Amino acid sequence: MKKFLNGPWVLILPTIIVLTCVVFLPLLISLWTSFTPFKLTKPDTLYRFVGFRNYERLIGDYDFWVAFGRTVLFLTIALNLELVFGLGIALLINKITYAQKTLRTLMMFPMMFSPILVGFQWKYIFNDNIGLLNNFLREFGVINPIPWLVDATLANISIMAAEIWSSTSVFAILLLAGLMGIPKDPIEAAKVDGCNSWQVFKNITLPFLMPFIFIAMTIRSLDVARAYDIVQMMTGGGPAKRTELLWTLISRTGYVDAKMGMANAMSYISIFLSIAFTFFFFYKLMEARKILSYD
Amino acid sequence: MAKVTLENVSKFYGNVEAVKKINLEIKDKEFLVLVGPSGCGKSSSLRMIAGLEEIDEGIIKIGDQTVNELEPRERNVSMVFQNYALYPHMTVEENLGFSLKIAAQEKKEIEERVEEAAEILDITEFLQRKPSQLSGGQRQRVAMGRAIVRRPDVFLFDEPLSNLDAKLRNQMRTEIKRLHQKVSTTIVYVTHDQVEAMTLADRIVIMKDGIIEQIGSPLDLFERPATKFVATFIGSPSMNMINATIINENNQLIMKTDDGIFVPVPQDKINSVKDGQKISFGFRAEDIVPLRFGQKPNNHWDMKSKVNLAEPLGTETLIFTNFGSVEIVSRMFTPEQVNSNENLDFSLNLDRTYLFDDETGMAI
Repeated sequence: MKKFLNGPWVLILPTIIVLTCVVFLPLLISLWTSFTPFKLTKPDTLYRFVGFRNYERLIGDYDFWVAFGRTVLFLTIALNLELVFGLGIALLINKITYAQKTLRTLMMFPMMFSPILVGFQWKYIFNDNIGLLNNFLREFGVINPIPWLVDATLANISIMAAEIWSSTSVFAILLLAGLMGIPKDPIEAAKVDGCNSWQVFKNITLPFLMPFIFIAMTIRSLDVARAYDIVQMMTGGGPAKRTELLWTLISRTGYVDAKMGMANAMSYISIFLSIAFTFFFFYKLMEARKILSYD
Repeated sequence: MAKVTLENVSKFYGNVEAVKKINLEIKDKEFLVLVGPSGCGKSSSLRMIAGLEEIDEGIIKIGDQTVNELEPRERNVSMVFQNYALYPHMTVEENLGFSLKIAAQEKKEIEERVEEAAEILDITEFLQRKPSQLSGGQRQRVAMGRAIVRRPDVFLFDEPLSNLDAKLRNQMRTEIKRLHQKVSTTIVYVTHDQVEAMTLADRIVIMKDGIIEQIGSPLDLFERPATKFVATFIGSPSMNMINATIINENNQLIMKTDDGIFVPVPQDKINSVKDGQKISFGFRAEDIVPLRFGQKPNNHWDMKSKVNLAEPLGTETLIFTNFGSVEIVSRMFTPEQVNSNENLDFSLNLDRTYLFDDETGMAI
């Protein structure tokens, strides 16, 4: 006992206890529930093991896979657009010498709002009756209100607009940090070597920026893959599941329909999406760093 | 192949005038070294020639063409940077061939020219490596190779050796000299190291505070420094410099140092000084020698002084001693033991002293 009290184990014991309580146990319990027909309204069901039944049902569940596919699509489009806009903003801000810090701060404003508020705000902008956008368009002769949040395609685009508005600055800031860290010499050498601005960007700046792009991609892919609040606020996944993403579906299954067992099974499948994206971007990050010979 | 001309060129950083209306003509195939302490404007001048800094005033011409408004890529110059500035994501071969690839040269042509440059610089065996797998000296050679491959009108070197250790620096210095003989192109070379300047240059330009102090061959600058700054900057150890006033003693002009030591005015300068003039007189370490170990010069002035410190360097010994309250250094070429605190007689060669007006800093 005395040996234990003086040993290294006792020092990391608090961490182990905390991690067990907040991570490992909940993980185990949720994994267990995904093998049960657990319903919040019928606590007894927690102890009825049904094997892979939830998972089997999910494989044939059309709604689930549509939400899954829509999430992947949403993620791909949103990330790429955020990258393009963020890179553009970062390049522009990197060029200016006057008031750069002020602009950098201003740029972060969207990040300061809670996603719930962002959702509200954009819901108001896109509202077909009283929305700002439709009112604005009417000035230009668009008399029939456009059903921004009702039409399947438009609703998805609207949600994406809100998401991109609130998070492009993440890309911009990370890429700006990357741009500022690029050594000046190779760029000057390339200019003397005969490159025009585009060639300098393509051949020198971009390779140097790649690690930062992939870091931003990793962070944002985790963010977007769990997109919930903005969607929930703007459309609630509707109308008629037209904007359903994984997490709106899961939360409805778990809390509204009270099918916690099924919801947890969905979560475990969805987690693989996040893991896959993270793994992919990390792999690319390592490659980009290797190309620059950092490691 | 081209000459480079700078006419009244100025550069401002905010309110600071880094380069002040300098005029300079660099001949075709000349090896010209810009040297001076940091902040003297030498790098700014080089970068203006390269096109990496805007020319605020004046004109720069390469050949007969005014290049003020041209982009760096349109000037056909190549530059070697202090930090090598290699592209870390490309192999040595790609680094060397990059400029040709950008210029859309044929693949075969690129390969040939890369190979040729690699042979000149002896880096053929590293062609497939990345810059991170090379030592400092090898990297610098790749950087030079990248410059050669383009066959530019002018080579620009921005302190290329200052990141290398002493031994490698000597070796690379020789290689640069040899390179110039092989490719015989105009070279503008910036350094803060006067030894590099002396050994490499056909002509040296000494700059200080944005102006050119003197232009001349290495020996010119050493033997006939135009200003006090040039005199102390060129040569190692630095020229000894003593502050003095010209006074009239019994109808004869004589120098009285600030410590009250009287030294005769060298014969050839006697008509150029006047009573009451504040001056500095300077002499090189080898022109004041301990009598015991050296030969008395024809025209000499002797003094007795205590040795503060002796540094035996093999072929020579540096002796630190006092001239009044000023510490000076004497260089003797006889391998004899000299001890600290030893009293020695020194003999100053008056024919080889330099006088500078304290007000203007100009040589008298």
